[in-house]
Amino acid sequence: MRRLIASAFAIFAALPALAEEVTSYTLDNGMDVVVIEDHRAPVVVHMVWYKIGSADEPVGASGVAHFLEHLLFKATDQLESGEFSATVSANGGSDNAFTGHDYTAYYQRIAADRLPLMMQMESNRMNNLMLTEDDITTERNVILEERNQRTENSPGALAREQFVAAQYQNHRYGVPVIGWKHEMETLSLQDALDFYDLYYSPNNAILVVAGDVQPDEVAALAEQYYGVIPAEENLPERIRPQEPPQRAERRITYTDPRVSQPYLSRSYLAPERDAGAQEEAAALVYLADLLGGSPFTSALGKALQFDTQTAVYSSAGYSGSKLDDGTFSISVAPSEGVSLSEAEAAMDQAIADFLAADIDLAQMESLRTQLRASEIYAKDNVEGLANRYGRALTQGLTIKDVQDWPQVLQDVTADDVLAVAKKVLNRNQAVTGWVVSAAEEAR
Amino acid sequence: MLRFVLTVCMTLAASVASAIEIKEVTSAGGINAWVVEEPSIPFTALEIRMRGGASLDLPQKRGAVNLMMALIEEGSGDMDARAFQTKLDGLAASFSFRAFDDTMSISARFLTENQDEVLALLRQALTDPRFDQDAIDRVRAQVLSGIAGDEKSPNRIASSYFDAAAFGDHPYGSSIDGTADSVKGLTQADMFEAYENTLTRAEIYVSAVGNVTAEQIGPMLDTLLGDLPADGPPPPPHVDFGLAGGVTVIPFETPQSVALFGHKGITRDDDDFFAAYILNEVLGGSGFESRLMNEVREKRGLTYGIRTYLIPKFHAEMWLGQVASANATIGEAIAVTRDVWSDIATNGVTQDELDSIKTFLTGEYPLRFDGNAEIAEIMVGMQMIGLPTDYVINRNDYIEAVTLADVKRVAAELLHPEDLHFVVVGQPEGVQSSN
Repeated sequence: MRRLIASAFAIFAALPALAEEVTSYTLDNGMDVVVIEDHRAPVVVHMVWYKIGSADEPVGASGVAHFLEHLLFKATDQLESGEFSATVSANGGSDNAFTGHDYTAYYQRIAADRLPLMMQMESNRMNNLMLTEDDITTERNVILEERNQRTENSPGALAREQFVAAQYQNHRYGVPVIGWKHEMETLSLQDALDFYDLYYSPNNAILVVAGDVQPDEVAALAEQYYGVIPAEENLPERIRPQEPPQRAERRITYTDPRVSQPYLSRSYLAPERDAGAQEEAAALVYLADLLGGSPFTSALGKALQFDTQTAVYSSAGYSGSKLDDGTFSISVAPSEGVSLSEAEAAMDQAIADFLAADIDLAQMESLRTQLRASEIYAKDNVEGLANRYGRALTQGLTIKDVQDWPQVLQDVTADDVLAVAKKVLNRNQAVTGWVVSAAEEAR
Repeated sequence: MLRFVLTVCMTLAASVASAIEIKEVTSAGGINAWVVEEPSIPFTALEIRMRGGASLDLPQKRGAVNLMMALIEEGSGDMDARAFQTKLDGLAASFSFRAFDDTMSISARFLTENQDEVLALLRQALTDPRFDQDAIDRVRAQVLSGIAGDEKSPNRIASSYFDAAAFGDHPYGSSIDGTADSVKGLTQADMFEAYENTLTRAEIYVSAVGNVTAEQIGPMLDTLLGDLPADGPPPPPHVDFGLAGGVTVIPFETPQSVALFGHKGITRDDDDFFAAYILNEVLGGSGFESRLMNEVREKRGLTYGIRTYLIPKFHAEMWLGQVASANATIGEAIAVTRDVWSDIATNGVTQDELDSIKTFLTGEYPLRFDGNAEIAEIMVGMQMIGLPTDYVINRNDYIEAVTLADVKRVAAELLHPEDLHFVVVGQPEGVQSSN
């Protein structure tokens, strides 16, 4: 018996031609399925996204979401340890996985006719992992070396970790995805299994298949391989402690002799894209570009790198892709002979000038054109589109939100940008960090 | 007048009907280009390469070519840097100008709706750069900041020592960024000189993929590139890999040591290249299944990743590898690496390993052709090393033709564990410099 709700097929079929060819449905066990068609090459990207990330981890077990991601390549009741990736390779594909604060995702890129094999293996490891103590010992060393490589050996990464921890005092976004080293060292088989047994369930997962495939064929395969896995009845509602209002400025200086170029970063708490309400996030995208996008034309670039030689580098960044409140950030690397306090004063002056002036409408139009063009360029990368949907659906957005987003971006006005700038660019809800090689540079 | 030299239909995967077509075109002005017409998305990716690159830096002017190339987007014609970028932003196109050891690389991506305007802007950047003094000073400060950063980066410390020890005074022996001293001494005249020496049609390669036709390309390229000089200076000579086997420890206070290791390699046009390529994949290739990944990471948990690379450059050949491990365990990682190297040199690989790596390589190859920019980049890379368009059809046959005996013979000839030199940056425990 087919448990698929066939009528759901047509839901998104009536969207405007601008949107990519996307079909979606939900299996009876609660697993969401998204199919993105791109028939230019006989290739498919097969991804399973779990709505569970490092910000959902239990206290004291930071890093377990990412640790478990590594362990999913070990043995199951049907696969030897390492056989998953070896099989993908032997079929000419590549595979990997990644973990974020809000999601854990597994993917393969392979010839389109190998999709059934990928589904067979991926659905198998959703419930049938057979971990041993040896796996834990060896793979824990691997993730500790990964932390060494990404973080302990990088003063910039260590500094960022401190700044983010200061930004989020209640929300788990303050804990690094890879985990705090002292907690990673104690991660156990039980920690991994507790997480796995509860959260790796079809009703907590999204299947994204993108490439040279037909939606009805994907539906039948999804039903065959994933549809038979029972839903997890005890899956808890996804409630995370939220960040309280920040009422006072926070400042940190990170000193590390391995730093060669001193710099400063400022990050403000900022709203993320919310389902049905993406307008503020869209305005923040423009704000990041206008303030610190191009070094040649942005407000900070002009003030710090062109009109004066205050900085060798300046930028602003914002990503609305978060389940909970995100950040809007600015960084500045002062020129030789310019102190961090002078650079910060110049940065604050540039921000104040930006807020006091009218926004250049020609620049708004230019950004609008670039954002419209980026949608055209995005169609060239089907894996990027798959990521876009997977990420959004694990972060509380809907397919409609993803497809509305380009138009929401087009509709942003200069007034919207100034309004959100005045709301967000407030030092009392920001962390300012200095990164220096020695105490005497912190001036 | 346009002439079509060759048209090839490339079948991506035997099991699938989908195919793309590479058209080879020579413009009236004599510029050769490969084109794939892909009209389904209204934009085009254009790749241009010129042989020469930073290896053409003049004596005492190391870093000039690199700095010059970074300045191509900083003003040209009647536009200063800001005016140029404002114009480019408004067109929603992107340009990238990069210098490498032996190559100048120009990439452009533009919408069909304003393609003429974009190409006119690109032409202006390439044929009429300004090298304004304020732009030179601004970008020079960025380059100097990068050079200072390299002095505190374990990976860059390792590669800088390794290159100098292997290639000495040859351009390969030093960074294309130059040194702080050489970069501080560069003048506007040096920029114009580097420009005239390196952005030429002497050896130029072009590919285009997207919403463009083969008929359009010839006139487009003659307008874009026709005014560049037809000749450039000769390339540097070939250089032998000059670093003998051993260990060099460079002390640096950091928790994880990084090791860069290698010895002499093989040229790209050698008859044994495919056997060596397969050998490298088994030894330390891109998958999780390589011998080194299995022994160093999967079995022992000593590292997050270990890779090896065949590096056939235009004037030298190397076989390199990289691994990082905590200071306490890097010694063991190095020992295991040497053992694996020895074992394969002596015993070759197994039939199973050969079979599965062939399946991987032949299956993975068509997956690379999955976007306009990707296809353009692959094609221009093929042109640079003299491969014909039908290489994309025959390449998997070259892989299939390699036998177990070939791999064993090539392993014995090319892999020399005693010649491996490890440069270790960190505070490695129990690892000493060999002399």
